[in-house]
Amino acid sequence: MKLSLLVNEGPYTHQASDSAYRFARAALDKGHEIYRVFFYHDGVNNGTRLAVPPQDDRNLSQLWSELAAEHELDLVLCVAAAQRRGLLDGDEAKRHGKDADNIAPGFRISGLGQLIEAGIQSDRLVTFGD
Amino acid sequence: MDEAGNGGGNGVTKKFMYMNRKAPYGTVYALESLEVVLIAAAFEQDISVVFADDGVYQLMKGQDTEGIGMKNFSPAYAALGDYDINKIYIERESLEERGLSLDDLQALTWEDEDDDWKEKSSLHLVGRDELAALIAEQDIVLSF
Repeated sequence: MKLSLLVNEGPYTHQASDSAYRFARAALDKGHEIYRVFFYHDGVNNGTRLAVPPQDDRNLSQLWSELAAEHELDLVLCVAAAQRRGLLDGDEAKRHGKDADNIAPGFRISGLGQLIEAGIQSDRLVTFGD
Repeated sequence: MDEAGNGGGNGVTKKFMYMNRKAPYGTVYALESLEVVLIAAAFEQDISVVFADDGVYQLMKGQDTEGIGMKNFSPAYAALGDYDINKIYIERESLEERGLSLDDLQALTWEDEDDDWKEKSSLHLVGRDELAALIAEQDIVLSF
C-alpha cells in the first residue's frame, strides 16, 4: 500500500513523532511504500539538526534522518509553519536575512500543497497528532 | 514553493474533509487549519469543512483579539465562498452544548454560478449522527 504520514506535534512533548516514526519503520518493513511524511504545526520541530537530547534518550530528528537515508523517504516541513517556528534551510535563511539554517539531513521545506498532493497520490494518509 | 495549480493530482478527485474541533485562540490549530483549507482550494478536490466541539467558536461573530495581542483571523473565513468551498457543516449538538445558535456565527456565503450567481449560505447545520455518516463517506479526514 502507498502511505503518507502527517506529523502534527513536535518531538518529546508529545508521542506523535515517536509513533509516526515507529509506524513508518513497521510499514516499510512490511513492504509498504511511504510516499511522503509531511510535518505540520509543531511537527516541523522534528526537522531541526540542532537538538541535543540526553545520550540515553532517543534522538528523533536523527532517527528520521537515518530512516530517510535508508529508504529515500521524502520528509517535508511546511514552509509557513517552519518559518513561524524558526526552522530554516539555507535558501530560506538567506532570503530572510538570517545568519543560520538548521534543517536536519533528509528534510526539505515546501508548501502545504505537498500535503494535499500526498493525500491525492496515496492510498492512505495517516495522521499522528494530539 | 510548489503550491500552485492542481499539484499533480492527475485528474483524481478525492473527498477531503477538514474537521475543526478547537477554539480559535489558545492553540494555533484553528489558524493553521484555515491555512490548509485555503491552499487545498487550489486543488480540484471535493472539499468539506466541519466545525464541531469547541471548533464552533471559530466562526463566532464579533471576535476581538486586541486583549490577547493576536491577529483576529476570523474575517478570512469569508474567503471560503470565493473558492467555492460551500459545504461547511456545523454540528448542532456542539452549538447547543455551548448555548449557541447559528445566529451567533458569521454568515458564510457563496455565489451559485448555475443559479444566476445567487448568493447562498455555505453553512449547514447537521446532527451528530448525520455528521458521522458524512465522515464515513470521505477519502481523507484531517482533524485539527
